[in-house]
Amino acid sequence: MNLTLLVLVPVITLAGILLVKNKGGARTVALIGSVVQLGFSLLLLFMYGTERKSGNSTDFLFETKQVWFEQWNIHYHTGVDGISVAMILLTSFVVLAGVLVSWNVEKLSREFFFLLVFLGTGAYGFFISLDLFTMFFFFELAVIPKYLLIAIWGSGRKEYSAMKLALMLMGGSSLVLAGIFGLYYYTGVYGNGSTFNLIEIAEAGIPLEIQSFLFPLMFIGFAVLSAMFPFHTWAPDGHSSAPTAASMFLAGISMKLGGYGCLRLAANLFPEAAAEYSFYIILLSITGIVYGAVVTLFQKDIKLMNAYSSVSHCGFVLLGIGMMTKTAATGAVLQMISHGVMTALFFAVIGMVYERTHTRIGSQMGGLLKVMPFIGTLFFIAGLTSLGLPGFSGFVAEMTVFVGSFQVPGLFYKAATVLACASIVVTAVYILRAAGVTLMGPLKEEHATLTDAAWNEKAAGAVLVFCIVVMGSAPWWLSDLIQASIPGSFEPLIILPH
Amino acid sequence: MEGYSYIIWILILPLLTFLVTGLGSRKISPTLAGIIGTTSMGICALLSIYTAGSYFGYYSNGVYPSLKVFDLPWLSFTENLSIHLGMVLDPISVMMLVVVTLVSFMVHLYSIGYLHGESRGGVYFSYLSLFSFSMLGLVVSTNLFQMYIFWELVGVSSFLLIGYYFTKPSAVAASKKAFIVTRFADFGFLVGILIMGYVGGSFEFDAIISRLTNPESPEFLTATGAGFLGISLLTWSLVLIFMGGAGKSAMFPLHIWLPDAMEGPTPVSALIHAATMVVAGVFLVARLFPVFFQVPVALDLVAWVGALSALFAAIIACTQTDIKRILAYSTMSQIGYMMFGLGVSGMGEAGLGYMGSMFHLFTHAMFKALLFLGAGAVIHYVHSNEVSDMGALRKKMPVTGLLFLLACLSISGIPPFSGFFSKEEILTAALMKNPVVYGIGLFTAGLTAFYMFRLYYLIFWHNKPYHDKPSPLPRKKEAPLTMMVPMILLGFATLVSGFFPFNNFVTSDGKPLEITFHADLSAIAIGVSLTGIALASVFYLRPGPWPDKIATALGGFFTTVYRKFYIDEIYTLVAKKFIIGTVSPVANWFDRNVVDGLMNFTGTVMGVFSDSIKVWQSGKIHGYLLWFFAGSMIVLILMFIL
Repeated sequence: MNLTLLVLVPVITLAGILLVKNKGGARTVALIGSVVQLGFSLLLLFMYGTERKSGNSTDFLFETKQVWFEQWNIHYHTGVDGISVAMILLTSFVVLAGVLVSWNVEKLSREFFFLLVFLGTGAYGFFISLDLFTMFFFFELAVIPKYLLIAIWGSGRKEYSAMKLALMLMGGSSLVLAGIFGLYYYTGVYGNGSTFNLIEIAEAGIPLEIQSFLFPLMFIGFAVLSAMFPFHTWAPDGHSSAPTAASMFLAGISMKLGGYGCLRLAANLFPEAAAEYSFYIILLSITGIVYGAVVTLFQKDIKLMNAYSSVSHCGFVLLGIGMMTKTAATGAVLQMISHGVMTALFFAVIGMVYERTHTRIGSQMGGLLKVMPFIGTLFFIAGLTSLGLPGFSGFVAEMTVFVGSFQVPGLFYKAATVLACASIVVTAVYILRAAGVTLMGPLKEEHATLTDAAWNEKAAGAVLVFCIVVMGSAPWWLSDLIQASIPGSFEPLIILPH
Repeated sequence: MEGYSYIIWILILPLLTFLVTGLGSRKISPTLAGIIGTTSMGICALLSIYTAGSYFGYYSNGVYPSLKVFDLPWLSFTENLSIHLGMVLDPISVMMLVVVTLVSFMVHLYSIGYLHGESRGGVYFSYLSLFSFSMLGLVVSTNLFQMYIFWELVGVSSFLLIGYYFTKPSAVAASKKAFIVTRFADFGFLVGILIMGYVGGSFEFDAIISRLTNPESPEFLTATGAGFLGISLLTWSLVLIFMGGAGKSAMFPLHIWLPDAMEGPTPVSALIHAATMVVAGVFLVARLFPVFFQVPVALDLVAWVGALSALFAAIIACTQTDIKRILAYSTMSQIGYMMFGLGVSGMGEAGLGYMGSMFHLFTHAMFKALLFLGAGAVIHYVHSNEVSDMGALRKKMPVTGLLFLLACLSISGIPPFSGFFSKEEILTAALMKNPVVYGIGLFTAGLTAFYMFRLYYLIFWHNKPYHDKPSPLPRKKEAPLTMMVPMILLGFATLVSGFFPFNNFVTSDGKPLEITFHADLSAIAIGVSLTGIALASVFYLRPGPWPDKIATALGGFFTTVYRKFYIDEIYTLVAKKFIIGTVSPVANWFDRNVVDGLMNFTGTVMGVFSDSIKVWQSGKIHGYLLWFFAGSMIVLILMFIL
């Protein structure tokens, strides 16, 4: 399969949105584009599976390579493994749901859909790239629309939030860029000439002292995007100001670019340094998990609650990577997918509730399940996924991280795992408090006439619930898909110190 | 195992019913949903009974085998550790299949009448099916992780059903409390599972048991070797797993959710919070019993927690006035019996406690479900949970009264009703192992008889109610047929289930167990129970001044018991005041001001810095020229000097 299709479809969609004149046309084009893209993603999954079954065991499939800038050895180089296939699937589901949720955006709707699809384009390009330069190019493409989406369509302190988010993410990007140039230089010194090629860099054998210097740049740079403590503060501000679809994309796709970068670029390219720093990674991610959960407890605004809970949940991603074992890293990727769809659903539901009640403060609602059973059920599903109920995706991801982490010999790793497990209790508390105060209890009089979900909202919810349930009840194929592609530098677990 | 593959339908049918009634809850009428649910559960019950018949009929080498009928990989973690979903048939799982499907069937049938006229009945029946599916999945689990999965699912069904009347604030609070308290306990369970997987190298019950009961195996040596804080990893694991069991089974001090859970509809209380889900903890300990038996500390913990919970709950039950709460405390107390029955048990020949515990689980499910369904019929009639609103109902509801009396006699341990037989075996086992536990058990038996008959008299005798109700009760007396039939069936089960030769079927090692009848011990136990009944008759058969006088005389002690030893208040203090009220606001302040402050500070510093140098970029040519000349001069001067 030609991977360029995955970038081409969104680009054609963008052109289509520019060509049509009215709002109705723009959203239709965006919807068609995202459905087609979802089709291609599923096709990619299918073809990837067939290819693997037929015995192709190269690291990356469907590779294409085109010289882009010969002098600097920059290529447009694409290829996918199980992890990228999974991330592409996630992206196309979230984009589709985001377009559906935004169906009735009034203000500058053409521009809105354009930016949504544009953000998606960057993400797709990022996930298929094997050349660090093109990868970074796509990475940056995905940052700019976020600023505009929040600053134009946002609410509250939107300029401040948009600026803060853009600056913090750009700060992260600059670290990543420095890391990439460092790699480019040192592959020239230690490898066979300077290169941006991911596969070649992994084989270049960069010595530990150089790795130890470059790894933090790369890891922190991406971890900012993944809301690692203490670089997470863009998340609450950004989400509380962002329009619904932007929040969905931010938490469902953008944060995953960070996690993917941490895994694919930082931990994979600098395995020895990653092992050296694993103590700090685990320490920060555990802090994020526990501290994030405790701060979430305080939030009265349900959107802020979900923003902070993302900090806690994304901690599992970094924890899984920091453990440096195959199982835990598989769990990290599973958590990215699970959190991506779960949080997108949660933000979508919060948006639907807000549009009707015009408040996000839990205590100003109550009993909403009575007037909006469909939205209420979606809220429950998102919440129960968030607290790791079996049958939904969160359980699968969290358990994989826990089991993978707990198998690492050493008290520190076990203590970290136990703390991470403890956070699921806190999660249950804040989720049930939020659900209890918004959906249950007596219905407020002024909310008695509210309506349940419209068709587009139902469709968006159904798409995401479908992902959550499929992943939660039949996880083996996804887990195997991912696990087979976890780099070899992640040690398979040594069971039992017999 | 061929021949048994049809048992997959015992899981599929409730799951399908859940999906059909859940997704179609707004399309199909509540009664239709009830009929679908009842039929599907009826089929499951028939299948389970048939399975029990053929399983216990089949007998190889004098041992009931453990048959893995299904075992499918679901999620693999490492080469050794994975989650399988399967179905295992062995004595305890077959017994539980029968208990769960039977009680669930009765409760489904009863609910059709109980919920008549409820608009959200469809949702109710879908939750009930979800619960049945989860509970059945739990009892046939082949491994710890499968059990954890279904464990969480029964937890969420319980949450949904307690909160069924979701506009009622007390129901919302109770549902949250139930979920959160059990979740806290499940945190222990999960960590226990992780440790077990780490030291046992597997989550499968058969693998864990065979490895960790063999003192020669490397797993056993690692597990019992150096641990953490001087306690072996195996002990940690079992204690933490027991924590999960204690949470689900409402053992002290994790019991606080159960009395509040009575906010749910009464049939739900009968099914989930009396007969099935709350005994999951007992089932868990029984499932891992061979491993527990290797670790005396853990087994003693089970015994003591069980015995103290039995006593503690019985004391509280004597003071409560809400009919369902009294029954809830009684459930907690009876589960305490089951727990300490396991805790004092040995293996094989010495496995009387194990067998008695399972037997009690079985008989308790029947008579406690009957008590709850009877209470439901009473509540349905008087529209109140308070015993003060009841009294003299034996004339209005004679059948219900009779059935209730039967169940009271059974739980009080009066022969020939079922509770006598099972409780007797637990007490005998306790005497052989631990006389103190036996003493507690015996005393609790007296208390049980007292508070149950107190309840019975207050509802059905006690001619003059405490307060005259202003509105006369409706003319309709006994409950409708759909409610009556399950009660009569359960009454029948209460009568006969004691004579069931349980010792031939459900034992710690799958071999029949010889039991001897101790007339002296039985006489003591019956004597204690009769004393309790007699005391209750004196105080509560007719209204009298004595109960209030005694309560006043006990003063502070009575208040303490009435307020349930202030355990709830302690939890509230820690959870609400400390964590939610103090830690989380401080953390939030820290995040907004210190962490984010640092980010904003960085931004501000940048801003100030750029402000201060931006004057150099004024755009005025003469300014630049001035600086150029000044700079050149300085350089020239420096060159001359140096």
